[in-house]
Amino acid sequence: MPCRSYNYDRGGRKMSKRVGLEASHAAAEAARMADVDVIAAYPITPQTHIPERLAEMVANGELNAAYIPVESEHSALSACLGAAAVGARTFTATAGQGLELMHEVVYVASSMRYPIVMTICNRALSAPLSVWGDHSDAMAVRDTGWIQVFCQNNQEAFDMTLWAFRVGEDSRVLFPVMVHFDGFHLSHVTEPVILPEQKEVDRFLPRFQYPFALNPDKPMTHGAFGPPDIYAEAKVAQEVAFRKSKGVIIQGFKEFGDIFGRYYHPVEPYKTEGARTLLLTMGSFSETAKIAIDTKKNKGESVGLINLRLWRPFPFEELRQAVKDAETLIVFDRCISFGGPGGPVSSEIRSALYNEKERPRGVSFVGGLGGRDMSVKDFEYVIDRGREIVEKGSEELFETVGIRGKVTGIRG
Amino acid sequence: MEGKFIKIGKNRVTADEFVAEGHSFCVGCGEALALRLACKALGRDVIIANATGCIEICTSPLPVTSWRVPWIHTLFENTAAEISGIEAGLKILMEKGKMPERDIKCVAVAGDGGTSDIGMQALSGAFERKHDFLYLCFDNEAYMNTGIQRSSATPYGASTTTAPAGKLSIGQTTWKKNMAEIAVAHDIPYVATACPSYPFDLINKVKKGGEVKGPAYVHIFSPCPTGWRYSTDLTIEIGRLAVETGIFPLYEVENGRYKLNVDRPKIRPVEEYLKPQGRFRHLLDEEIEKIQEHVNEEYAKLKAKIACFAA
Amino acid sequence: MTEKRLKTGSDFTWKDMEVGNIVTEVGNASVRKTGDWRTKRPILDREKCTKCALCWIYCPDAAIKPSEEGYYESDLYYCKGCGICASICPAGAITMIEEEEK
Repeated sequence: MPCRSYNYDRGGRKMSKRVGLEASHAAAEAARMADVDVIAAYPITPQTHIPERLAEMVANGELNAAYIPVESEHSALSACLGAAAVGARTFTATAGQGLELMHEVVYVASSMRYPIVMTICNRALSAPLSVWGDHSDAMAVRDTGWIQVFCQNNQEAFDMTLWAFRVGEDSRVLFPVMVHFDGFHLSHVTEPVILPEQKEVDRFLPRFQYPFALNPDKPMTHGAFGPPDIYAEAKVAQEVAFRKSKGVIIQGFKEFGDIFGRYYHPVEPYKTEGARTLLLTMGSFSETAKIAIDTKKNKGESVGLINLRLWRPFPFEELRQAVKDAETLIVFDRCISFGGPGGPVSSEIRSALYNEKERPRGVSFVGGLGGRDMSVKDFEYVIDRGREIVEKGSEELFETVGIRGKVTGIRG
Repeated sequence: MEGKFIKIGKNRVTADEFVAEGHSFCVGCGEALALRLACKALGRDVIIANATGCIEICTSPLPVTSWRVPWIHTLFENTAAEISGIEAGLKILMEKGKMPERDIKCVAVAGDGGTSDIGMQALSGAFERKHDFLYLCFDNEAYMNTGIQRSSATPYGASTTTAPAGKLSIGQTTWKKNMAEIAVAHDIPYVATACPSYPFDLINKVKKGGEVKGPAYVHIFSPCPTGWRYSTDLTIEIGRLAVETGIFPLYEVENGRYKLNVDRPKIRPVEEYLKPQGRFRHLLDEEIEKIQEHVNEEYAKLKAKIACFAA
Repeated sequence: MTEKRLKTGSDFTWKDMEVGNIVTEVGNASVRKTGDWRTKRPILDREKCTKCALCWIYCPDAAIKPSEEGYYESDLYYCKGCGICASICPAGAITMIEEEEK
């Protein structure tokens, strides 16, 4: 249960307060403060604390929202489509298999331009069944056209959820947003979270005014089908609009910082000035990796970390800027793209840098699968081994870390 | 034609057309007629969520639409979930004062495949949660839009492309899934069966379903000349025969109380219904006899329910 | 009905696409001349017609319209020639003739 000792001023108002919250409860709190209208969610480990907390809020009158306890994730996101189509501020959450079950609906939400906000408690995909965390669920929805960000900690789980409504609902964007944070490592761990005052949230987040709301006063047709002579134009138009949303994404980060004091960026370098070797991570492992960076820097090693926050639309400009002076770039993935170019993030990073006249040597590491933890020492190993591979080469296409038994046979 | 009515006998039907003329339904399509009539029953203050299928394809090819009322199509199997979100969204927005309060009927439109097969889960969920919506199943007894493939609504002995009649098969070997009874089993306030051959009965039932508070389900028999292989001018006649042979009885269930809308002292032999349709052409006498026995039994069961739970 | 041209995808560049491909023009498919599908055409015998309006209600294409004198006539712009009106007319006032016949 979250610690709920809020401060009250003499007038009896709740004040901005630092409380211990799981990322799940932080995300639920963000949805509550955003005055979400419709929640349609189906429980799945490790997301369950989100719909539970929201149901509790609604039952106690802390949140005035329609809570739809749907009978599957496919129906969860489908109900969200309907709610968004009539102009309701809409929220849902899922993980792993749930995200896969709603896969076709995920594409529809973005191509029909409904600004739904969905938090994902990243979970490994079956088989074998795993309720524990990795990024395979996130990587399976790379191409779906949702704005996607990754969180390092519970504060970010709260912040990014709030930010997501602001950006997705902007009339220049109108795209759904996924906020990813690691299953169990964040969703079920209590960390201090600063909760803002409601009036600050209201200043940041304007009311949702969906310009195409279904209404008998102004009949419209949503979801007409696309014959071959128009489908391609529709998809290109979607892609161009999606890329354009980056401007509002950056603006949203800035506005967030101006009001709440925490500034976020698409690519967040950590002590990378002059570093010859860089490690790139996403999600909660970034914080663990930062400690490894500090340890090595204290020993005089030339290392730095890049935390990749904005995953889609991919921040090509910021990434190229962040790595331009490095000799080695080690990318750490929490997912295997079977038979493909190793870790999915690694392959995208390489592709982003391919045409650069000067680019670092790349190494791909995969670890943290299905809840397998990565310690500070593990990240130190990754950096050491990464540098060794750049020097001496390797027979394997990508390296694994934390696997019992020497891994061979990852060949092209 | 705004606000004009046409008088037919003691019935008054709006002259408004909510699905524009010039749609691309097949020649003589029973589903097109059923939809036209249903929309007249519902009027302008609706939001329609439509599954993928004949109706959706024939009315919404980008960049044009036949719809004159608010309409949304997303996917095939999620219509009931989608309408749940629409209904809940409207309700909460009005409650929170984010939109003016007004009466807007939430209507889900789907075919037999999108209802009794792939759409069953979402429908069951929406019924259980008791959303205030009307679900219209337009039943042409197969996946017609994709090329006449079998569904669980395809009747016994019918030939479809995925359960074709052949040397070793009579076509569909299972009996038609009774969606109306499944709806009744969900304990919802209003369930009805309808057929465009009885247009005023259909309009009345759709209107009733729209006015009921809570879930309502109307199962609409939709004769399909293309898939059932009969002459296009016989659509109304085929619909009448389905009712008069007891194959598709017209009844209502209001809060669990049954009422038969059309009855005859003796139902006509099923052969009269089967013979004009190419999809049944291969059936031998013993198979027709089997169908007759089944219809007799089902009709008797229905009459028993009506006697037991009379409205 | 004057013949306008039905909008098709070929009229649109990618820049012309509405957000979410939403169609805001109500019922604009009504420009489609489905009368071109016809192989048979209904002919009304006004002597026999009782103005009961059953043909109007049974037309799947809403192609039968009331006229000033109270009769119901097929709008040949839309009529697909299915023959339902002829089949259900209680007065036998409608006959289907081949489209080529004048």
